[in-house]
Amino acid sequence: MRFMMIVKSAERSGPPPQALMEAIDKLGEEAVKAGTMIASGGLAPSAVSTRVRLSKGQLTKIDGPFTEAKEVVGGYAVFELKSKEEAIEGVMRFMELHKKHWPGWEGETEIRQIFGAEDFAPKG
Amino acid sequence: MTATDTHRAIDAVWRIEAARIIAGLTRIVRDVGLAEELAQDALVAALEQWPESGIPDNPGAWLMAAAKHRAIDNFRRNKLLERKHEELGRDLKTQQETAVANFEIAQDDDIGDDLLRLVFISCHPVLSTEARVALTLRLLGGLTTDEIARAFLAPEPTVAQRIVRAKRTLSEARVPFEVPRGSDLAARLSSVLGVIYLIFNEGYSATSGDDWMRPALCEEALRLGRIVAGLAPNEPEVHGLVALMEIQASRARARTGPSGEPILLLDQNRVRWDQLLIHRGLAALERAEQLGGASGAYALQAAIAACHARARTAAETDWRRIASLYDALARLMPSPIVELNRAVAYAMAFGPSAGLELIDALASEPSLKSYHLLPSVRGDFLFKLNRLAEAKAEFELGASLTRNARERQLLLDRARACAGGLS
Repeated sequence: MRFMMIVKSAERSGPPPQALMEAIDKLGEEAVKAGTMIASGGLAPSAVSTRVRLSKGQLTKIDGPFTEAKEVVGGYAVFELKSKEEAIEGVMRFMELHKKHWPGWEGETEIRQIFGAEDFAPKG
Repeated sequence: MTATDTHRAIDAVWRIEAARIIAGLTRIVRDVGLAEELAQDALVAALEQWPESGIPDNPGAWLMAAAKHRAIDNFRRNKLLERKHEELGRDLKTQQETAVANFEIAQDDDIGDDLLRLVFISCHPVLSTEARVALTLRLLGGLTTDEIARAFLAPEPTVAQRIVRAKRTLSEARVPFEVPRGSDLAARLSSVLGVIYLIFNEGYSATSGDDWMRPALCEEALRLGRIVAGLAPNEPEVHGLVALMEIQASRARARTGPSGEPILLLDQNRVRWDQLLIHRGLAALERAEQLGGASGAYALQAAIAACHARARTAAETDWRRIASLYDALARLMPSPIVELNRAVAYAMAFGPSAGLELIDALASEPSLKSYHLLPSVRGDFLFKLNRLAEAKAEFELGASLTRNARERQLLLDRARACAGGLS
């Protein structure tokens, strides 16, 4: 089963502490070595992003920065795992690192399953 | 958290940690079977304690510590082990000191090495192929005996027996827990890669096993391949195998139709190919080539798969390159199947008569005597050369040999089309 982990937080949290980055790198390295993390990435600030929106039959292009969003997606990772529980366990570890190395930081990681071949397989 | 939640969380922790714990323990107790028992005991302790105490902050370390305590108890109490120590001709005191030293040494940094040792011992040539596969899935994949049995359509007791016997064989043969060096390494690594690819193919070619387990086997093999690539990053063939599996797996969604019918590579909707896996596969292939492994058996097959992956449409396929890769593969590991594929590539690259020339050399090949694809492919070449009477006979022969009803129908249709052209 493939999952996308989507990390969201307030953008004005400032740069993450060095210790956190190191701990995340180590966790990521372990996940790559364990064959479970197959892609990951950090996203540039939403200030330099652009949204193309379709509403009432109209396409509009809106450039950042955006004021309304409290928390925005800052990064993602794609994992191949055997169960959702395994995904949760991995994300718990990731968030524990934030708790330990970045006091006061608030945010969330959303776990979304990506449909795979098995979800398209003929049933029965 | 409810008790069920906790149990499910423990399952997940187990799945993540089991191989590393078993590997670390094997280094200490020098016996895979015993190591797995100790790890299982630690799991049982977790199942008893965690629902009450909550899941510890570092569950992996907790399990490892619990298992190590059991290992120490085992050292102190187990007469069998003592006898074993004597057999090894060493004094018990030294043994215990070594054991304690091993506990100290077996820290995080060695986990990778331990895991690699576990991979090598599970795929040891002293074991039968079935035993290697079962033990690898069990110890490294964390699959239950039941899951392995379902994947290979074998009765569970058979698989359980196979695993027990494999552990006993390793113990009796006193197979050392080590990463082979020097001239040994190539042969041992090839056994490891062979086991992983066999697991992958069992999932991919869907010859047996229930539907649910097949994608799981592919994923498991991919995961194992990626693990070994991480542990032995300078071995080109590991990357070649990973590349081959990633690219093949990228087509999983495209290779069957809505009612489960197989769709041939050239007819697949390439939009449904998994680009993430293709990119990973191409990157792994590049790594294999950078390491000087372009002519390895897996790298060559991966390079062929990559030609298809790179082509945006079937018509864009670089058949000349595929033909030359098959030339190299045929030199490296000659086999009638490789030759048949080479003939197809030649026909695509240089026209049907080039393919026919190669395939005619296979006419007397005993292993292909009842293989329906030989006449099917030959029929196709003859058809393209407008030798319809001969083509018709080949399609009919192919139809009589295949066991797949859909394929038989397809071949009979083609035979009829030849008859139409003849009249």
